[in-house]
Amino acid sequence: MNSLDFSIVAQAWPYLWSGLLFSLSLTAAAFAIGMVLGTCLALVQHFEIRGLAQIVRGYVALIRSIPLILVLFWFFFLVPIVLGHLSGSGRPVPIGATATAFITFELFEAAYYSEIIRVGLRAVNKGQFEASQALALSTYDTYRHIVLPQVFRVASPIILSQTIILFQDTSLVYVLSLTDLLGAASKLAQLNGRLVEMYLFVAVVYLALSSAASQCVAILRKRYAVAAAHR
Amino acid sequence: MFGVLFEQAADGQRYIDWLLSGLGWTLALAFFGWWIAFGIGVVVGIGRTVHNRVFSIAARLYVEIFRNIPVLVQMFLWYFVLPEVVPNALGNAIKQMPPPWASFVPALLCLGLYTASRIAEQVRAGIEALPKGQIEAASALGLGSYATYRYVIVPQALRLIVPSLTSEVMGIYKNTSVALTIGLMELTAQARQISEATFQTFTAFGAATIIYLCLALVAYQAMTLIDRAVRIPGTTPAKLTVEQDLAADGPHVENLPGAMEVVK
Repeated sequence: MNSLDFSIVAQAWPYLWSGLLFSLSLTAAAFAIGMVLGTCLALVQHFEIRGLAQIVRGYVALIRSIPLILVLFWFFFLVPIVLGHLSGSGRPVPIGATATAFITFELFEAAYYSEIIRVGLRAVNKGQFEASQALALSTYDTYRHIVLPQVFRVASPIILSQTIILFQDTSLVYVLSLTDLLGAASKLAQLNGRLVEMYLFVAVVYLALSSAASQCVAILRKRYAVAAAHR
Repeated sequence: MFGVLFEQAADGQRYIDWLLSGLGWTLALAFFGWWIAFGIGVVVGIGRTVHNRVFSIAARLYVEIFRNIPVLVQMFLWYFVLPEVVPNALGNAIKQMPPPWASFVPALLCLGLYTASRIAEQVRAGIEALPKGQIEAASALGLGSYATYRYVIVPQALRLIVPSLTSEVMGIYKNTSVALTIGLMELTAQARQISEATFQTFTAFGAATIIYLCLALVAYQAMTLIDRAVRIPGTTPAKLTVEQDLAADGPHVENLPGAMEVVK
């Protein structure tokens, strides 16, 4: 066993930091767009919009049963072709690995968030709908101001745990040779041969960030449990 | 469309043989990894609920560490880092393993131990969901704490959590694809190789996707059958849906059979 030398990590920090920023911005984008799209997908299923609901259900089932790495490969291959068709030229539009990763994660996470919100929608008390009707609120207002805020609050611990998994999953962009936290560490490790220090450091960073977020999940859950008990 | 799969590849085999060998590695990894995960998961899950301080802290640490590091990073730790940090002789022995095993064994350990941390949380949720009366009745009958766990608590908890274990079965077979990063030629890796060799990307990934879908269907059906076979009589059939994913994620087991709730 060779002696460990973590000073190498300090030297590499600026590069690793930019990698971590990439991981975090990918997580943030996938969370924001995934939640918006996921809510739409959940509402399409909730309202049983004819034709569309079946397609959405199929999409969610498909995405949930194949590995993320395979989804990344699919999008890496398909997105340029689809964009080519959309732009009318019919020729594939090369968009690069970074854009692919963002698009993939946004669409992939939308499927997972939509399941959470779909279940949350069913958990809302019937009386809430009746009360909204009694107040003569339109369907849009009912969902916008009464139902969805409750769904988001009730589901917040689960949404946050899903986002922690998402943050960990962003490390899979390694297969597209992108420079996220893990990608940065692995590129440096190959250059300086210090892979033990690099990978241990990356593991500790992921562990610290994810455990901190898990504590927030526990707090949210407790708060929600209290709110439920008072109902 | 899939005709190209039956053409001969450069190594004399047909492309479909590449896919099938990938499927074999995927299944082997998922199957053996599952039993490692199940064994450790049950022990750690029990550890989360006992009063013994040392055991419960160790179990908590295990879950925190293995659940909060990405699978891919854990894969690298087993594959690149472990041989360097163990004594030299052992490290060299690990490095000299012949090719498929050199990536298969670390991948197996990685997936088994990672999934164990997730199963442990399900087991804990199952145990905590049991009515208190079960433990009280056991101690009234004079059972010690080992016998209480062995004959009363664990059997019931395991029967309760079958539906939520479905999502872990799905999880482990999907995570097998991460093993391609350390060079194991499993299903996704073979699909990529075929796409690179033939330029028939759509066919290659399509075939792999169909195989994964079939695996998901088989896993789902098998777990439904198991659930039907071991469900505690008198409880309502649990639906195998995302509710379990959600509920199983924490101490709330909302998928609990209705009858149990009344007892509580």
